[in-house]
Amino acid sequence: MPVYRHTIGSTTYRFNGLGDLLAKASPARSGDQLAGIAAVDAAERVAAQMALADLPLTTFLNETVVPYASDDVTRLIIDTHQPAALAPVAHLTVGDFRNWLLGDTADATALAALAPGLTPEMAAAVSKLMRIQDLILVGHKCRVVTAFRNTIGLAGRMATRLQPNHPTDDPTGVAASILDGLLYGSGDAVIGINPASDSTAAVITLLRMLDDIIQSYRIPTQSCVLAHVTTQLEAITQGAPVDLVFQSIAGTQAANAGFGVTLDLLGEARDAALSLKRGTLGDNVMYFETGQGSALSANAHYGVDQQTLEARAYAVARHFKPLLVNTVVGFIGPEYLYNGKQIIRAGLEDHCCGKLLGLPMGCDVCYTNHAEADQDDMDVLLTLLGAAGCNYIMGIPGSDDIMLNYQTTSFHDALYIRQVLGLRPAPEFEAWLHQLGIFDGNNRAAVTSALPEPFVRTLAQLT
Amino acid sequence: MTNPLVPHQPVVVANPWETLRRFTAARIALGRAGGSLPTAPHLAFQLAHAQARDAVQLPLDQAGVASDLQTRGYQTVCLHSAAPDRATYLQRPDLGRRLAEPSRETLAALATHAAAPPELAFVIGDGLSARAIHENAVAFLDQIAPRLRAAGWHLGPVSLVAQARVAIGDEIGQVLGAAIVVILIGERPGLSSPDSLGAYLTYGPRIGVTDAQRNCISNIRAAGLSHEAAAHKLAYLLDEARRRKLSGVLLKDEAGTRLPLSAD
Repeated sequence: MPVYRHTIGSTTYRFNGLGDLLAKASPARSGDQLAGIAAVDAAERVAAQMALADLPLTTFLNETVVPYASDDVTRLIIDTHQPAALAPVAHLTVGDFRNWLLGDTADATALAALAPGLTPEMAAAVSKLMRIQDLILVGHKCRVVTAFRNTIGLAGRMATRLQPNHPTDDPTGVAASILDGLLYGSGDAVIGINPASDSTAAVITLLRMLDDIIQSYRIPTQSCVLAHVTTQLEAITQGAPVDLVFQSIAGTQAANAGFGVTLDLLGEARDAALSLKRGTLGDNVMYFETGQGSALSANAHYGVDQQTLEARAYAVARHFKPLLVNTVVGFIGPEYLYNGKQIIRAGLEDHCCGKLLGLPMGCDVCYTNHAEADQDDMDVLLTLLGAAGCNYIMGIPGSDDIMLNYQTTSFHDALYIRQVLGLRPAPEFEAWLHQLGIFDGNNRAAVTSALPEPFVRTLAQLT
Repeated sequence: MTNPLVPHQPVVVANPWETLRRFTAARIALGRAGGSLPTAPHLAFQLAHAQARDAVQLPLDQAGVASDLQTRGYQTVCLHSAAPDRATYLQRPDLGRRLAEPSRETLAALATHAAAPPELAFVIGDGLSARAIHENAVAFLDQIAPRLRAAGWHLGPVSLVAQARVAIGDEIGQVLGAAIVVILIGERPGLSSPDSLGAYLTYGPRIGVTDAQRNCISNIRAAGLSHEAAAHKLAYLLDEARRRKLSGVLLKDEAGTRLPLSAD
């Protein structure tokens, strides 16, 4: 194992291999401390960053952080790497790669062309040398556009996932939250339910309900029920109307095994969803969620820091050409991301690295009640992600997910960020909002005492 | 200047679908001030979060709970996990699963002086909500105690543990030589449930037991599962665990309980 060294004054810091160097160079977070791999003090962290800055980018093609022989994510990364795409920056060190990314040469076109040449470890490495403003600027320069029944990720737009969860999957309770969300202009990324039950029958009931709503209101969006991928496959077999197939994924084979998935299973799921041909504008049929700390939580981290492993999950995601990918950044709890500061940085790292690797990144801007975080921290992260050009965020009633017991962004939060930064919904969905009078010509919420006509009947039926 | 003859426009736009609230506890139809959250629902949310945060930070009143238990005739022992404070506890779940060395010695001395190892040992741990303990633990024991007496259980001392995770019951049960350990622990507070108690049963407790070998009764609180109903469930699980000499997934289906994500 190569040893990396950096000398500051009379102190020489040693780093045993690439994994150790990346871990020590990571900005402080509780998960790396829990794993016992973080820098012991602030000076060692910067020494590691300096050593990392001097490293040639191509080092990551010759030294792996998780063994090639025993990990299919490493094999995927190495075997699908495109050297020609890396060519414009292949001669650079990690430090100079940061400089290149900040320069004008690195425009949207150049960055899109570069993505297949980047490995997750390269993206993670350069992000560890970046300040928040660098993460925002580089993320903002990347443009990743995907499509199914609408177009997500265009410049100047931000979509929302309408997340109408209910603790018992009660269809009327779910429908009430969907109606609330639609009337606040939410739902262009997807209407996606986290089911309380993983039973195929319950999942199919929800899928049929979502399909009915999307068809009867002619909403240019897509649905998803975020059950385990095998349950969704079974639903497809039984003829259920599946738009997007969802799965949580992680950055090592062993961590994915903890989620009950393999790369082959994800490929099978994608093929099944494609076979239904339900997309009208595009065939991005996958939806993935990730989050720093999942590999450590599954005891499958190989001594690699959680942010590098998170970037490796993006290598899994990009192989399946997803419509949506989001980090669920604060969900995992304070033993991985302790406070607002750590959650905010992690969300921006994930967005930037995901975009660099060519993913349509969104973010679940969220926290739990035992984290040192609150709504102010979420407002900061939301606003910074808006500035960074994040593809989508979550939308739930009043920030309170009554099924998953955590807090994420609300329908109102999306209206706020759209107003402040002038961000518009996906174009097809925007046209629908205008047509129904849910948004006015300035994309401001417009529903007052009178409901849009199609919703009048619905409300009458429900009550 | 405002014309007194023209009525003011309401500053908050109400939503005409407020009737849908009866179908869900979700915060729907909140209205809007411009596009933003009006002051009343904003402050209601802040209060719910404040109560949850306070529940996480509230120190366990070991002396008070111990006194209540001693009044009822329980032998009690006050212990501390290896997590020295709340900040460490939140970041190092591994430390919350093990006893601090002095506590381990205290407990070992207690075990040495016992006539026989107990069949059943109760542990009360703060977990992520000491408030859940203060409001539910003793009242819950009051409900289950007659059932345990009727079933002839030989009880060990009740351990009161600060900065505890669920698995600390394994070490305590092992040191006491208990056949079964039940830990009552404060669950992760939700926005509407800062006071929720969980009860975890483990047969053959020892360091390293996995969650698959436990049974859990969750959401024990005034607005959730009542103390009486929870005591009924736990008494059933205890009898089955004693009879079949096991706990966990093999008991799970029949008892209809499940392991939620909580202060593990």
